[in-house]
Amino acid sequence: MEINDIIRPENKVYSKPQLLDEVHMHYCPGCSHGVIHKLVAEVVDEMGLAEKTIGVSPVGCAVFAYNYIDVDWVEAAHGRAPAVATALNRLYPDKAVFTYQGDGDMSAIGTAETIHAANRGENIVMIFVNNAIYGMTGGQMAPTTLLGQKTATSPYGRRVDLNGHPLEITNLLKELDGTCYVTRQSVHTPAAVRKTKAALKKAFENALAKKGTSVVEVVSTCNSGWKLSPEKANEWMVENMFPKYPLGDLKNL
Amino acid sequence: MKEEVRLMKGNEAIAHAAIRYGCDGYFGYPITPQSEVLETLEEEMPWETTGMVVLQAESEVAAINMVYGGAASGKAVMTSSSSPGVSLKQEGISYIAAAELPALIVNVSRGGPGLGTIQPSQADYFQSCKGGGHGDYHMIVLAPSTVQEMVDFVTLGFDLAFKYTNPAMILADGVVGQMMEKVVLPEQRPRRTEEEIRKQCPWATNGRKDLRKRNVVTSLELESAKMEVINERLQARYREIEKNETRWEEIDVEGADYLIVAFGSVARICTKAKELAAEKGIKVGILRPITLWPFPTAAIEKAAQGKKGVLCVELNAGQMIEDVRLAVHDALPVEHFGRLGGIIPSPDEVLVALQEKLIK
Repeated sequence: MEINDIIRPENKVYSKPQLLDEVHMHYCPGCSHGVIHKLVAEVVDEMGLAEKTIGVSPVGCAVFAYNYIDVDWVEAAHGRAPAVATALNRLYPDKAVFTYQGDGDMSAIGTAETIHAANRGENIVMIFVNNAIYGMTGGQMAPTTLLGQKTATSPYGRRVDLNGHPLEITNLLKELDGTCYVTRQSVHTPAAVRKTKAALKKAFENALAKKGTSVVEVVSTCNSGWKLSPEKANEWMVENMFPKYPLGDLKNL
Repeated sequence: MKEEVRLMKGNEAIAHAAIRYGCDGYFGYPITPQSEVLETLEEEMPWETTGMVVLQAESEVAAINMVYGGAASGKAVMTSSSSPGVSLKQEGISYIAAAELPALIVNVSRGGPGLGTIQPSQADYFQSCKGGGHGDYHMIVLAPSTVQEMVDFVTLGFDLAFKYTNPAMILADGVVGQMMEKVVLPEQRPRRTEEEIRKQCPWATNGRKDLRKRNVVTSLELESAKMEVINERLQARYREIEKNETRWEEIDVEGADYLIVAFGSVARICTKAKELAAEKGIKVGILRPITLWPFPTAAIEKAAQGKKGVLCVELNAGQMIEDVRLAVHDALPVEHFGRLGGIIPSPDEVLVALQEKLIK
């Protein structure tokens, strides 16, 4: 049997989403961003939202998300994506507006914008990639860095007396009347990837139905920042991140 | 709404002018002495009439970033604040300028530094005209001296912002914001439809309708060679704005022995001082910069020719005077008179300062 006998449309089980660009990503091998980008592209594609989706990219590793997913994008200042998305949502109520933010962007410098956009119940999707570290700037401590976790700015491990506790911002967002759907997912196994995709789809449906703010946290790896192999990073995440950031729906109205 | 004559505060005039311009969105945060802008908009409920969005943000930082988002999508959007609040907006303004977006920012300025005072000041001249935020950029800065100009400059500010895809600022002081005058409000202009916005702003991030090529609004470029090209494009645009949009007003400059340069409310005080001077046989002319950036450098150089001296009167410790001195090249004495911290000088004080500093 020749290879071309196998590569036939009827044998196709998977294809790259149309909206995911054919370019090299700048992400490190093993990073979760690539999978999450693919899921966003897939969901927007499958929901037929390519013409009406506007993404807001953060400052952090995902700053260049606009180079990879083929929808309109606004690149926001650090932490301000929810404010930018608020205006887009208010001025174009029929569009699907989402932010894509890391832990520093969403739960440090942008905490006020995050909480207030969610509290107003802006009809947007907030995708929150939590890898417990500042990846883009070289592995510094994030608000979500675990106690004892070593980073460039907590070289002996995060200490409560020096650095305070890890911030579970998603738990805060769950409490706000403006949020309709708050969930915590991961992409470390095929099953987890499928669940995250379903969560993203639900979040976009909520935004279009004007139900309020949907938050999809994706507990992720930063193998470069964590100084682990991709495989070891996944194991470390399961052992250390999941107990602090347990997966599942926190709110689903 | 037809053209209408009304009596109102400068801050209220900004709000009415914004609605009538067909502004799509206002994002603000309360701060004295400009809170009437947001209050008036909330009272007028333009979302029920023109469809304009009005939103009280959680901070000045959020408000300017809402403006950034709205401007990126091609909408005519604005914010207003006062000095400490405008300081908070500087990062966002730098992004708006870098991303080459149209937006209108109103600063009804008050005395600083720090939390300062709620009384009028012009101490934000440097911040408004010389950058304010990081990087090499300029806003178009309009300085109203009447409530009517508060109305007119909303239209002018938006028109220039869209013409040059560059942020424009109305730099008012607390006097113009708070005083009441008769104004002519223009006829209501319709807000642009989404189709009109797509035509006018093909770069806008309002969704890939008909699967057009995607639009990205960003101020990021990591390759220095490309970032230099972006900077050069901005600078070329600034030169174009300087060439086309420099505005000023002259009052009896020809034949005068002394020139007063003053902007905003202070120019009106100086006009009275000029009348008092004339009673004493001192011939004074006034040049009022209307655009603080671009600055009327050539006009001031020309107006100063043959004069015995120039007095810059400002509600600050001497900011615009630096640009005036650059304009006249040390050809004649240029002195400064200013009151600080929210104090407004009387016409008599201006005349005394002119006599003491230039006539002696």
